[in-house]
Amino acid sequence: MRAMVYRGPYKVRVEEKDIPAIEHPNDAIIRVTRAAICGSDLHLYHGMMPDTRVGTTFGHEFIGVVEKVGGSVHSLSPGDRVMVPFNVYCGSCYFCARGLYSNCHNVNPNATAVGGIYGYSHTTGGYDGGQAEYVRVPFADVGPSLIPDWLDDEDALLMTDALATGYFGAQLGDIVEGDTVVVFGAGPVGLFAAKSAWLMGAGRVIVIDQLEYRLEKARTFAHAETFNYNEYDDIVVEMKKTTDYLGADVVIDAVGAEADGNFLQHVTAAKLKLQGGSPIALNWAIDAVRKGGNVSVVGAYGPIFSAVKFGDAVNKGLTLRMNQCPVKRQWPRLLEHIRNGHLKPNDIVTHRIPLEHIAEGYHMFSAKLDNCIKPLIVPNAR
Amino acid sequence: MPSTPYVSNKPKNTETREELRARIPGWGADLDPADRPSYPKERLDPSATGAHWDFPERQAGAEGREHSIEHEIVPPVFGTSVPLKGFSGAIRRHAYASYSEGRAAHWLLLILGDRVDAWESHLRSLASLRPDNPVTETGVLSERRRHGIASRFGVKRSDINHQWIDPLIVGAPWVAAGGAAVVVVRKLVRRR
Repeated sequence: MRAMVYRGPYKVRVEEKDIPAIEHPNDAIIRVTRAAICGSDLHLYHGMMPDTRVGTTFGHEFIGVVEKVGGSVHSLSPGDRVMVPFNVYCGSCYFCARGLYSNCHNVNPNATAVGGIYGYSHTTGGYDGGQAEYVRVPFADVGPSLIPDWLDDEDALLMTDALATGYFGAQLGDIVEGDTVVVFGAGPVGLFAAKSAWLMGAGRVIVIDQLEYRLEKARTFAHAETFNYNEYDDIVVEMKKTTDYLGADVVIDAVGAEADGNFLQHVTAAKLKLQGGSPIALNWAIDAVRKGGNVSVVGAYGPIFSAVKFGDAVNKGLTLRMNQCPVKRQWPRLLEHIRNGHLKPNDIVTHRIPLEHIAEGYHMFSAKLDNCIKPLIVPNAR
Repeated sequence: MPSTPYVSNKPKNTETREELRARIPGWGADLDPADRPSYPKERLDPSATGAHWDFPERQAGAEGREHSIEHEIVPPVFGTSVPLKGFSGAIRRHAYASYSEGRAAHWLLLILGDRVDAWESHLRSLASLRPDNPVTETGVLSERRRHGIASRFGVKRSDINHQWIDPLIVGAPWVAAGGAAVVVVRKLVRRR
């Protein structure tokens, strides 16, 4: 089969690999029909995530058709059209039993601090991902779901991570009616978080980024007020001014490890790998939220230390809430929102790229060229 | 009299419920936390997941599989994408066997292993039928088709001030390898 393969920092190519085999009785092999590049894939692409091995296939956002199932799989059959959450999880450990699917203890030998994720380094279990023609999906009776007939393929694809994570990020903010919600980052997760904040009753939603085309999307897609931090000396002071010097009730960090806005922080994290992530957006979130407020973190960070302004968080009495999204837990409610017309996920898709052009897709997304917001991968479009 | 936050009232700068409902599709649909799927954070309901086992059957191949020393056992299911190999594999195995996830040495060794792995893999590729090609593999040829100049200049982007480092990260090892090759060849020629 053809598969995207990592060749070292900033380098990927398509290679011929063996079609994955059933390795466990509850495995399924899925023929991928659509995949996506996630902003967090760029952390792997840039060599930031420890134990990212040359030869790995990335891709934790994918949908497809069941090709083969293991002997203990009850709920799926070959030919079923399925969406697969980015979490690999068993459904039965201490954490899964309590709904913390992203924190599963039975799928990742390499670390206890993070669960399993498709195509996201050996730090998350060493699974190949879905930017390929086929992918192995463990625990087929637990993770994947049939895609409803009425649901568009691209909407289903975005449910596997970006939409679910953005919606989850808004939930972590514990928004109450009338709250002012600030979202750092106008990428796919930030756009969905902003949109979701309204569902939870926000009174104002403000999105901050540096890319004007993404802020335009935040205004039109997410009905948000926007600020380009490059236009202000100090975006934190600007947030204080726009909230009558109170600060926002809730701030969501939808940026993560490669945040820009401070040369030193960015270079030490993203280029020199001396921090688990550039904490610029997180520090701005801590400073821009009001005392007693909530900071929600859904941006992805690496496992090593970062220079976070923790003292301010303590002194302000903040509640910091964060996790990788337990995706499948979000799906029933998200399907209702899509069906009711509250959400139209694929409005944020900007590019559809054949798998053969994967290197171009990564470069374009990484360098933010061509007004790219969300690039999808089409495995069988040669 | 000073205003909020020097006095107790919340700022009144938001639209009314009616205005928000008229402007935002679905505004307030999840106002009640009970309608939010991840509320409360932990909800004990093992029957909801589809798992039909108390503990999953174990995947073969756990013997020798590198694992965090914070795990009591190798978990029953794991990825098998790229097994450890070469000098980078030895570094990574040492990181897993010697240091917990709480130790910086664990992660810094894994990052070192990543750099060594990239070097080993590039060298291995040079002896293969498909050597690494930094031009096609970086996707840099898409700059023209994807409006590289228009996307970067004339717009307010602070990431431009560090993008120049990227080619150095990609190119420096190739330049260093080329330099080393030249030195070796010159030495061999002089010996003759």
